[in-house]
Amino acid sequence: MNLANLSPLAVLLPILGAAVAFMLIRHHTAQRMVSIGVLSATLLLECLLLMSVWDGGTTSVTLGGWLPPWGVVLVVDQFSSLMLVVSTVVSLAVLIYATGQGMADGDQEAPVSIFHPTYLILVAGVSNAFLTGDLFNLYVGFEILLTASYVLMTLGGTGPRIRAGVTYVVVSVVSSVLFLVAIAMIYGATGTITMADLAVKLAELDQGTQNLLHVMLLVAFGIKAAVFPLSFWLPDSYPTAPAPVTAVFAGLLTKVGVYAMVRTETLLFPGDTLNVPLMVVALLTMIVGILGALAQSDIKRLLSFTLVSHIGYMVFGLAMSSVAGLGAAVFYVAHHITVQTSLFLVTGLIERRGGSSSMDRLGGLAKLSPLLALLFFIPAMNLAGIPPFSGFLGKLGLLQAGVELGTPLAIVLVVGGVVTSLLTLLAIARVWNRAFWRKPEDAEYPDPVLQTPGSVAVLPRTMVGSTAGLVVFGVALTVFAGPLFRVADGSAGNMLDRSAYIHSVLGDSVQVPPLPRTGDAK
Amino acid sequence: MSINLTLLIVMGVLYACGIYLVLERSLTRVLLGLMLLANATNILILSTGGYAGVAPFFTKETSPEAYSDPLPQALILTSIVISFAVTAFMLGMIYRTWVLARQDEIQDDLEDRRVAETPSFDAEDDAIVPLETSEFAVTTTGPTDQERAEATETPGSLPKKEGGST
Repeated sequence: MNLANLSPLAVLLPILGAAVAFMLIRHHTAQRMVSIGVLSATLLLECLLLMSVWDGGTTSVTLGGWLPPWGVVLVVDQFSSLMLVVSTVVSLAVLIYATGQGMADGDQEAPVSIFHPTYLILVAGVSNAFLTGDLFNLYVGFEILLTASYVLMTLGGTGPRIRAGVTYVVVSVVSSVLFLVAIAMIYGATGTITMADLAVKLAELDQGTQNLLHVMLLVAFGIKAAVFPLSFWLPDSYPTAPAPVTAVFAGLLTKVGVYAMVRTETLLFPGDTLNVPLMVVALLTMIVGILGALAQSDIKRLLSFTLVSHIGYMVFGLAMSSVAGLGAAVFYVAHHITVQTSLFLVTGLIERRGGSSSMDRLGGLAKLSPLLALLFFIPAMNLAGIPPFSGFLGKLGLLQAGVELGTPLAIVLVVGGVVTSLLTLLAIARVWNRAFWRKPEDAEYPDPVLQTPGSVAVLPRTMVGSTAGLVVFGVALTVFAGPLFRVADGSAGNMLDRSAYIHSVLGDSVQVPPLPRTGDAK
Repeated sequence: MSINLTLLIVMGVLYACGIYLVLERSLTRVLLGLMLLANATNILILSTGGYAGVAPFFTKETSPEAYSDPLPQALILTSIVISFAVTAFMLGMIYRTWVLARQDEIQDDLEDRRVAETPSFDAEDDAIVPLETSEFAVTTTGPTDQERAEATETPGSLPKKEGGST
């Protein structure tokens, strides 16, 4: 009995939990217990999955009795299980945070009865996207998580949220249509949509067709991952959602896009045919994103722009298609999910304590709430890549890989990465200086909450606790960076080699096609 | 794989109309455009299945070439269901926009407009911060404070605080 046979449960448990939570729509306490319990069980299961593939090795599960290459397969390898564990840790923390917020607010802002089932369906969609070994099932996974995210984005149906939701939904639907067109074309060209089978059969197509399919997939995933110039929708739509929703979106949804890009680049279209355009795009994403962040005065919008900017690092690592670069990118994804989510959660706390998330209105929070300042400071420094933290290690790995590669463009990207890192520090320092260090009176339009010492809004313990837990998890990524990097590099090696993945799905007899090189392509 | 010309032409027309409608500013038209795009894509998937044959697994004796390819049809069924759900949700949102704002248009992001209209001065360095109270006395630009205060007053309608006063 293989442990990986339990992997469908990572998708099924949240869906079942969502059904139960939906039935308990009038019993808020029971609903909370169910959703937190289900997510904890999912996390436990995913930890088991990760342990089973910790030293490498890939296992696949065939669903529904249709053998590959016809049926849907779920593939558990180091990358997918690592992503599963990190994403579920983050979702669990955000769920507890949201529960705390709901209890404290009397659920006016976020109707909790809809929130819990939808949230669990979102988690199921994310797990499905990470696990699946079938291109159309990946589309279905995306749609599950997107549809759930539409609901979460417009929770409460207030004016700004509907406005933001419209942009978000339209952009997401267009990207899904593009993805579906790409799937249809790939099916027309090869007659299969199982990813392992595609890895073999796409290599037989002529280079022009391959490039067309490749670019279509990358554009579809690029919209979801918010890669410049397809990132315009993100800073407009994310900040208006409720704080926990923004946090989980920022952490997970773009990373699912990045995950899909990684699979496209390594499994479906290996080699370096599109590495140069990807690197240019990565550079632009980093620079344009962080310049956008510097112009903002709202913390949530600023963080949304840094989110876009740091996607550039992951694309950079991916574009190098070397074990070192891809390994660093995998590590960076895990780090960034955690850090970005904790920063958004802290911003939710800032909003509660200071009455606003606009830097023009905040001030003096370090004195008013030292714990909040600490909770902001650690992930903020982590995001900026200040030495002992995991952000530094991830960036260092990327830069080292870039220098190792040594092409002029890679060197430019290394420089761009350092500049982006410094500008991130500048953006974060501005938040710190303005919201935390200056006196409340110095704010442009100081919020009255900050100036009346008597009316201290006590932060709910659950919200602070879950945020602190996530911050500690982010620090743990630093402490255990050694083993984590080993897994990341192992997964990168496996993904670039491809044979483990293909053999695990299709059997050992299949010949893995050799990697195309730029020289052959032109 | 044979190609059905009618399907292709229908698909092309649907895509063209869909893209045209998605570029409109009215939400209902955008929704109609998205529906056309989804249906055009469904036809694209259908056409990848090749010519129409008999139902799959008709009898034991039928040769494999006579069957329709069942997989594209399964895919279309899934994508129809998905686009149905999304359409229903979009309709709900459009109705909500109508209830809230009495207009059927995509609205501008106010914060985005505000940031775009902010004059090109750095808020951190050029903001009117009372110099003596700041621990980071980066702005030692006393004489130009007045000019900058004027520059900041133009865009926003909100009253601006005078430098130094509380």
